Amino acid sequence: MSKDVKEYWRKNLRIMAWLLAIWAFVSYGLGIILVNPLNTIHLGGFPLGFWFAQQGSIYVFVLLILVYCKLMRKLDREYDVDE
Amino acid sequence: MGILGWTYVFVGITFALYIYVAWRSRVSDTKGFYVAGMGVPPVANGMATAADWMSAASFISMAGLISFLGYPGAYYLMGWTGGYVLLALLLAPYLRKFGKYTVPDFVGDRYYSNAARLVAAACTIFVSYTYVCGQMRGVGVVFSRFLEVDINTGVIIGMCIVFIYAALGGMKGITWTQVCQYCVLILAYLIPAIAISMKVTGVPIPQIGFGATIAAGHPDAGKYLLDTLNIIAKDLGFVQYTATFATVNTNMLNVLCITFALMVGTAGLPHVIIRFYTVPGVRQARASAGWALLFIAILYTTAPAVAAFARYNMVNTLNDKPYIERPQWYTNWQKPGLVAWVDKNGDGIIQYRPGAAFVGRPNFKMADGKRVLGKYGQPLLNNKITTNKNELYVDRDIMVLASPEIAGLSAWVVGLVAAGGLAAALSTAAGLLLAVSSSISHDFYYRVINPQATEKQRVLVARIFIGLAIVLAGYFGIYPPAFVAQVVAFAFGLAASSIFPVILLGIFSKKTTREGAICGMVAGILFTGIYIIQTKFMGVGNWFLGITPEGIGTIGMIINLVVTMVVSSFTKAPPQEIQDLVESVRIPRGSGEATDH
Repeated sequence: MSKDVKEYWRKNLRIMAWLLAIWAFVSYGLGIILVNPLNTIHLGGFPLGFWFAQQGSIYVFVLLILVYCKLMRKLDREYDVDE
Repeated sequence: MGILGWTYVFVGITFALYIYVAWRSRVSDTKGFYVAGMGVPPVANGMATAADWMSAASFISMAGLISFLGYPGAYYLMGWTGGYVLLALLLAPYLRKFGKYTVPDFVGDRYYSNAARLVAAACTIFVSYTYVCGQMRGVGVVFSRFLEVDINTGVIIGMCIVFIYAALGGMKGITWTQVCQYCVLILAYLIPAIAISMKVTGVPIPQIGFGATIAAGHPDAGKYLLDTLNIIAKDLGFVQYTATFATVNTNMLNVLCITFALMVGTAGLPHVIIRFYTVPGVRQARASAGWALLFIAILYTTAPAVAAFARYNMVNTLNDKPYIERPQWYTNWQKPGLVAWVDKNGDGIIQYRPGAAFVGRPNFKMADGKRVLGKYGQPLLNNKITTNKNELYVDRDIMVLASPEIAGLSAWVVGLVAAGGLAAALSTAAGLLLAVSSSISHDFYYRVINPQATEKQRVLVARIFIGLAIVLAGYFGIYPPAFVAQVVAFAFGLAASSIFPVILLGIFSKKTTREGAICGMVAGILFTGIYIIQTKFMGVGNWFLGITPEGIGTIGMIINLVVTMVVSSFTKAPPQEIQDLVESVRIPRGSGEATDH
């Protein structure tokens, strides 16, 4: 495996790890583990923890994939491995 | 024109559309049949994936489930959407680069073993079949409720439609009909949801409306809807709507485990994974996962709003109201037995309280082919009455199916909802049946039994098996095995504990060996399977940390990962060409040209 390809894979793994950390934090962290403390804060009629569990986390999921596509497209071009 | 007329119009038009689209996209080669020629644009694949994924359960039952669960309903919402992040980041781009036809294809080639291929194929067939039975039943139920035909006739009509477009066009036909079906089902879901949101809160966006205040002219006007639901729940003795971890089965650990098992299970479902083989390249595979989740999110963020509105409407229109003043929709849905009332205290007033009003589904007393009526004109029941104060039986499916009537919308909206329910059930059934038949005709027949088969033979075999699969699915739709509801936990548990981990390690760890993968899959399946059988069928308690069978796939997945890694560490490393294959899968370039479109 050439050095470039190794570096490409490492950077790919780093992007993935960050995005998955956000994925886990929002759904398991804000939506489940921290739901009770967050519920003391209100967003209009929504207790905040409840909102993350039933709405917010889904929006974040969509954004995460969008960001992933953008970052990977850039990375593919940078290392000249795109199609 | 009445409800029945509009329903025939919408169902007729949409069915004609599906058949026309299928005719236009008929195929004659295996690449077209299994992966739509790898030429589907990402937006279209996103829509098709969304329709493939959102089944009769998502469309009809989910909002009702959440409506009765309150906060813990979030595990369905997060679990069934969060899995797409895993798919996009961990599986889809690499599987597309690998570029074969099925999930067992990857497992068999990556682990240089036909045994691994067969284990994966058996899992694919089992997981997909569990799902199909529910879909065919869903088709029958929608037919019988809206078109007033016999449930079995409904199943047979559904079978014929799926057969025409699945056998004719394979994956290509299924893809383009699913695109149409997505449009039908999302319109059918959004129109009543927006109307109800307008009516209850005055806000046209349901996602915002259910956090808003109740509009003037309704009970508790001016107060926040969710606060009102909590107060109503408290007054009647239910768990509060936004309360967290309130019961044994919804403690924090269990909510975490169920959410995770559903996410990983989603990412491991073969009929979803194979959709990513159909796009032209790696970039499109990533993008189409994003589109798919966006299209799914439109329905999944609306569902909890529908759930909250439905709960509010139901309690306010029925609870503590005299039966003789019941709304028209109540009478309509009492006919198919989706609502029922027993006057336990003889006061003629409907009391809605926690607990089941009676044992089982309503079984109306009949005499001379007619229902026997009580003092207030209510049909009487044969069911064993329970001792609690609740008098009302409500099937949760009614929350979506009856929503246009509860909101007082025109008859054509009801017809549209019927067409939407059918679109959701048929699109999912077709995707699943293709996953089943390709596992049999490609992985078993072509890769193991007859590798010399010609292109023509292979397409023919695929068509025959999709036909057989449909007939079998129809049989289970007409004679549903009593355990269908229970085996859904199986489908997700198995996908989570077998398919997902082996694909994941196959991509991210070059050193994972054939022996490791097979041991891991077998260990994951055995643990998960035995736990579900013990707790669902043998009456054993939830002995592992109190985790319910729905969440046990999480533990099964961890067991699979650990066993695979341990066994791999002391077996002979995979051959060089396999390690090269893994390296090539990690790089987008060279994913193969599109052959079609």
